[in-house]
Amino acid sequence: MNAAPESGLRAESLHMRYGAQPVLRGLSLPLLAPGRVHVLIGPNAAGKSTLLRGLAGLQAARGRVWLDGEDIAGWLPARRARRLVYLPQSLPTRTGLAVFEAVLSAAMAGRGGQGEDALASVESALRRLGLLALADRPLASLSGGQRQLVGLAQALVRRPRALLLDEPTSALDLYHQHLVLDRVRHEARAQDLVVLAVLHDLHLALACADQVLVLDGGMLAAAGPPGQVIDAALLARVYRVDAAIGLLAGRPALAVAGAL
Amino acid sequence: MKQPESAVAHYQRRRRRRLALLAALALALIASVALDVATGPSGMAVERLLQILRDPGSVPRVEAVIVWNVRLPYALMAVLVGAALALAGVEMQTVLDNPLASPFTLGVSAAAALGAALAIVLGLALPGVPPAYVVAANAFVFALASVALLYLLALWRGFGVESLVLFGIALVFSFNALVALLQFVASQDTLQQLVFWTLGSLARASWDKLAILAAVLALCLPLAWRQSWAMTALTLGEDRARSFGVPVGRLRAAALLRISLLSGVAVAFVGTIGFVGLVAPHIARMLVGEDHRVLLPASALAGALILSMASVASKTLIDGVLVPVGIVTSLVGIPFFLAIVARTRKASA
Repeated sequence: MNAAPESGLRAESLHMRYGAQPVLRGLSLPLLAPGRVHVLIGPNAAGKSTLLRGLAGLQAARGRVWLDGEDIAGWLPARRARRLVYLPQSLPTRTGLAVFEAVLSAAMAGRGGQGEDALASVESALRRLGLLALADRPLASLSGGQRQLVGLAQALVRRPRALLLDEPTSALDLYHQHLVLDRVRHEARAQDLVVLAVLHDLHLALACADQVLVLDGGMLAAAGPPGQVIDAALLARVYRVDAAIGLLAGRPALAVAGAL
Repeated sequence: MKQPESAVAHYQRRRRRRLALLAALALALIASVALDVATGPSGMAVERLLQILRDPGSVPRVEAVIVWNVRLPYALMAVLVGAALALAGVEMQTVLDNPLASPFTLGVSAAAALGAALAIVLGLALPGVPPAYVVAANAFVFALASVALLYLLALWRGFGVESLVLFGIALVFSFNALVALLQFVASQDTLQQLVFWTLGSLARASWDKLAILAAVLALCLPLAWRQSWAMTALTLGEDRARSFGVPVGRLRAAALLRISLLSGVAVAFVGTIGFVGLVAPHIARMLVGEDHRVLLPASALAGALILSMASVASKTLIDGVLVPVGIVTSLVGIPFFLAIVARTRKASA
């Protein structure tokens, strides 16, 4: 051991394919620091979800992934799942579980034993996300936004080091989009979590990201603070739209004139 | 706004209520078994029955035989077969993420019937099997083979759960067609035997079969129960369960192996008894929810209770006639099930 180990999540020359189709061809991610919200943007089929699944170990990936200086690429899925939680885009629909049980099962799944030592952590996660009043409600009876928050509670109750969120705001109304992202940002700061979230909505990315990473055709096209990275040239090149970026009430805002 | 009760305390109270429901199911089962043993065409006073159970040597031999070799094995066979089919059904529904999955709907029973038909009609038998077990052994091997086929497909990368369920349904039709073909070529005598086998009946109960089935249940129930958190998480979706570290592929494979044992042995011993494996898990789910620590035993108890009550009904529906229990489960189970579905729909609306 020489210097203090680096802190955060990093990847180097990741190769992934979807069936026979290569999706990522040697993608490298800069160090994603804990306590900040990193947003992954890019057009459809850029490989955003695939990258998240590869980092989480849910899909085969060639290359190296470091978490806090440890190479976790070779770890078994169960071991990786203790440090890294991936939250899929789809919301559970068919389950008959109530909110409390759903979060408890997330805490207990993948580890041995039937103990209920996780009960207090479940209550704490629900409290932090403002879900205590819904604890007894069946998951299926909740709105999309509420279910998304339950998903976040399921991830947080596992006390991960890194949180990988696949479009956590899709199909939510404006209030819930911001509510979910506010909670994510707050937990990232409070728990010193590494957060990488895929977002489709560039307005949201501009509003809530500390850093954005732009994925295009399986390659990293740009990375940095959103105000610097997202500009007219990038939008023309990656998204093929004619757009302008300006300041609105002191914040960067986006106006799209049309497709190029 | 009033201060909400601690969520943990609330959860624990709900959990205690569910355990109480589990105990109530067990009590109902005991009552049903007692009724089953006390019911029969020969009639018998309760005091007489108790005396035979306590001291079989003190009564005429024929009465002791009726109770010890007929009524008691029938009643216990209903319990064990119901529990085995229901446990197989609930595991199948969870690992295949399909509410319609059961040994009956995915071809296991149909495969067993084909194995039995080959033994009955063509006299095909496995070498070294005692004559009394030829039909059962064939049925078991075919049931096992059908689940092994489903299992291999589940291991196959890219073969999704939907395709698996469709494949199982295709199996049902193929096996049924082959059984029909065998029925077509069968002689009058064997045809009758085959039809009776496929109806499903507890009349083939015996103490050694009971021992085998009990051993299978004693093996499978604890193994399944150890996976209950993983299965509970799996109800949230495969991706989510995997991201929580559940080895979904391995879980599914182990469950299918247990399902093949449970349903293969049960169907081999009593023939095709439909709907218990499908309906009992749903009834259990409506009673105790989806936490598999409670759901697995509750399903087994519900299945045992349904088949035990069906056994009583099969003796009392038509005076002096023992209706095959497979017919009763379908006739009684389906309206019961529909009533529960309708009620929960209304309650959630």
